[in-house]
Amino acid sequence: MEKQESAFLKTDSRARDSKEGYNISTSGVKIMASMPVEDQGCSSESRDSESDHERPGYRICSYVERFIDTDAGPIPVVTTALGRRDLLSTFAVRCGVNRHNYTVTPGLYAVGEPDKTSEVLVTSNFKLTFDHLRKELAGVSAWILVLDTRGINVWCAASKGTFSTAELVKRIQASSLEKIVDHKRVVVPQLGATGVAAREVKNRSGFRVVYGPIRARDIRSFLRNDKKADKEMRQVSFTMYERFILTPVEIQMMLKPALVTVLLLFVISGFGPGIFSVAGSWQRGMASVIALAAGIVSGAFVTPVLLPFIPSKIFALKGIITGAILSVPVLALVQSSASGAAGLAALWLFSVTVSSYTAMNFTGATPFTSPSGVEKEMKRFIPVQSVCILISLGVWIYSAF
Amino acid sequence: MDNLRYLDDVTTLVLDRESCIGCSLCTEVCPRGVFQMKDGRASVVDADACMECGACVNNCPVNAVSVTPGVG
Repeated sequence: MEKQESAFLKTDSRARDSKEGYNISTSGVKIMASMPVEDQGCSSESRDSESDHERPGYRICSYVERFIDTDAGPIPVVTTALGRRDLLSTFAVRCGVNRHNYTVTPGLYAVGEPDKTSEVLVTSNFKLTFDHLRKELAGVSAWILVLDTRGINVWCAASKGTFSTAELVKRIQASSLEKIVDHKRVVVPQLGATGVAAREVKNRSGFRVVYGPIRARDIRSFLRNDKKADKEMRQVSFTMYERFILTPVEIQMMLKPALVTVLLLFVISGFGPGIFSVAGSWQRGMASVIALAAGIVSGAFVTPVLLPFIPSKIFALKGIITGAILSVPVLALVQSSASGAAGLAALWLFSVTVSSYTAMNFTGATPFTSPSGVEKEMKRFIPVQSVCILISLGVWIYSAF
Repeated sequence: MDNLRYLDDVTTLVLDRESCIGCSLCTEVCPRGVFQMKDGRASVVDADACMECGACVNNCPVNAVSVTPGVG
């Protein structure tokens, strides 16, 4: 599958006309043979192959299709097609598995048939970001300069200081970029501007920073358009799909605190007329755990996905609204184990508060909330949420008697 | 994105138009369209859209912009 696709790309690319084979030279950049060459009339002048790049103790990454010789040494050329392994690990990372250790080695890569006039696209070493970029580069010839952001995406790394002026200057120098390209410019994703000061990069490395579009999918039109980004390319978006794709991690982050809460709930639910009842703990505990789950689903899934459709700008309030509605049918299911109206009211309040809290947590994942706004919201709502939790627990215990 | 707005009147963004030299880099790096060029200088046209990311501050050559969010 992967091979077929890359074969397709090969025939698609002008420079790799089958007559020229792999051994064309462009502006002093010699392109080396790729994997075992199948049908191409292989040349005698170069017998380089992937095996020449093997080193004891190293393994060539699955997304590297060949190497290209430059004045600064061989540079790995990456494929623009994502393989099955890439897709599987993307899925896992989106679910929070191995999320903090998903990296590519920082340094210079190539895509297509870049030469000394090709653009240098800067990105982070979070593999999700790297894959996102390369899959948008089919048919493009460019250099990719990967900064060491400890596996964090461009924007977060820029605000945490790893996608920075210093790191960019360091990578430009470490990869001898001046030997790779004749021009003196690098294309930095716009969201990297939070960590990169363009004029300082110029002062310290001689390279001019051109701010590219926010989204990798706009790179091709940006390059076609003489490196000009239109207004839409310069503005963050937060579509329903973009919100949805973030929710598994939101839920996953809640699992640990939820587990502790579940244990507490079972203990608290056991209190009753006979001091402690195991049967009560089990039956009422299950009801409270369902209320907890409803609150988490409401705050970490439903609220993010329906975000603009829920009234109010305050996330904690959005969570209250969603939770208030969503918990009603859920609690109807556990009605019998809730010990009457007081118990039901306690579970409802508990569920709504959990929803409010988890929805507020989602502010950290959006591209439009400001730290000052989040601080204001938290100062107002954390006390409210704390009081509500205490009231709901009090009423819940009381309702057992 | 127009339907996704956060709290009003909270941003700590300050632009000193007097010191602006009109390079327009802030209009380029801002992902929320907060700035526009007016009479050769940057102008804040949508302060409530600001999320205090600091891209403008970092790239302003004359330090005409500042944001000072707390810890969030």
